[in-house]
Amino acid sequence: MQLYLPIAEVSVNAFLILGLGGIVGFLSGMFGVGGGFLITPLLFFIGVPPAVAVATGANQVVASSISGVLAQLRRKGVDFTMGGVLLAGGVVGSIIGVWVFGIMTRLGQIDLFVQLSYVIFLGLIGAMMFQESVRSLLRSRKANAPIRRSHVHSWVHGLPFKMKFRASGLYISVIPPVLIGAAVGFLSAIMGVGGGFILVPAMIYLLGMPTKVVIGTSLFQIIFVTSFTTVAHAVNSQTVDMMLALLLILGGVVGAQMGTRVGVRLKAEQLRILLSLLVLTVSIRIAFDLLVRPSELYSVAGVLP
Amino acid sequence: MVVLLALALPAAAQEVIVAGMSQNRVSITADFDGSEILIYGAVKRDAPPPEDVGALEVIVTVEGPSTPVAVRRKDRVVGIWINNASVRVDSAPSFYAVATTGPLDHILSDVDNLRYGITIERMIRAIGISDEADQAGEFVLALLRVRTNEGRYRVLEGKVELTEDTLFRTDVVLPANLTEGEYKVRLFLLRDKRVIASQERVIGVRKEGLERFVFNLAQEQPLIYGLVSLVLAALAGWGASAAFRLIRT
Repeated sequence: MQLYLPIAEVSVNAFLILGLGGIVGFLSGMFGVGGGFLITPLLFFIGVPPAVAVATGANQVVASSISGVLAQLRRKGVDFTMGGVLLAGGVVGSIIGVWVFGIMTRLGQIDLFVQLSYVIFLGLIGAMMFQESVRSLLRSRKANAPIRRSHVHSWVHGLPFKMKFRASGLYISVIPPVLIGAAVGFLSAIMGVGGGFILVPAMIYLLGMPTKVVIGTSLFQIIFVTSFTTVAHAVNSQTVDMMLALLLILGGVVGAQMGTRVGVRLKAEQLRILLSLLVLTVSIRIAFDLLVRPSELYSVAGVLP
Repeated sequence: MVVLLALALPAAAQEVIVAGMSQNRVSITADFDGSEILIYGAVKRDAPPPEDVGALEVIVTVEGPSTPVAVRRKDRVVGIWINNASVRVDSAPSFYAVATTGPLDHILSDVDNLRYGITIERMIRAIGISDEADQAGEFVLALLRVRTNEGRYRVLEGKVELTEDTLFRTDVVLPANLTEGEYKVRLFLLRDKRVIASQERVIGVRKEGLERFVFNLAQEQPLIYGLVSLVLAALAGWGASAAFRLIRT
């Protein structure tokens, strides 16, 4: 069934979009990530204009994070104080991101900018996650290997403006969480992602938060940052396609439920290796487009009179 | 008597177009996937067609709203392909189709092409383009190529059927990626490579129904639109979570 998208101004197959949403939802349910980093590039591939794909991707992440955070709330996995501090940084980052997005669009370099961001961030995170999970898989095989301490005192703990984060059991400066929040907000605006794939490792390794509150708190902050990003893109560039978002969300929620069931049967290390391979694949696929000579060197874009 | 008839002949052989279309508006609704328009007509004359002149030919053009565009070229810069050079074209139609009874260069003279603006090349206005880049011509060719590949520009030579030098018809397919606005339909009658009659019609292309509503809201009330998108996403997310719990219990 063909469906004309009012904002993207392209006609797409509704079942293809539902299917995409479903597959990404399945993976996001399995791995516990929002799935924005998959949705946005997939939308590029089927011909949705990049600006619309990014803004609509952010809207889709709002839905999947709300669904996820409700589950985390029931098992008390959300640190609201930490979430609030991250969010304060996130809003600032998002404002800067939307502003940069506008400038790059006018310069005609938005595609490149978005693609490069994907290659660099997904590549780095994927490689780090892969290395770390392979190492921990090897460690778990050797039963008597030394266990690494999860909570390490570092330079992060010497900064001023300390605050108590009760749910996380931390007493640290607010500067690192604000900066991390801002970085994630910026990426959310330019990549159309929630940023969980950066936020989760940053919370564990940089802030030393306990694993049980990490996912819930990151989802909590992602809801607000992606909500803010969605509205900012809607106001700034009118690029949120409601119809596209709804189809993605519908497919996504069904897929996520199935993905969660499969996910609980796999080991955490195996899941992380699979997720890191997925992240690396997306990164390499996009890098390939940048490195190989395109079949059409010219592109045409409408400009303001 | 014979002389009188001969003198009267050019005036008597006046040929005019009577044209019609299968539809004069196209509605872009949710299930819109392109549209086919039948353009037909007849040649009306007061006297039998003259015999000492060339064959009758018909050209039909359909032109979408024009906008300025930027044409960009990718170049390899430090190993990656990025948009590098660009030129601005003052005006290029968002859609253009030319349907004819025969090859354009056989039935249309350069002078009349210039005068009436019939071929696609004539519809692209790029004044001062040569100041912007070394190979400005390349960019205009690229614009034609890209839009032809997108189905926006079409040359349909020989696709106008002409019966008995009187009735003609052609089908023009409008693609799914249409721009809203007034589409100008022009019909030309030609003999000896010269235009002898012409006629104009308009097709209105508009988003309708839900598409119209969503698009207007996004353009005119962007803040409300953004908030509505959020509420819908929140409801869907919450609904999914609630439904899943119901299934499990």
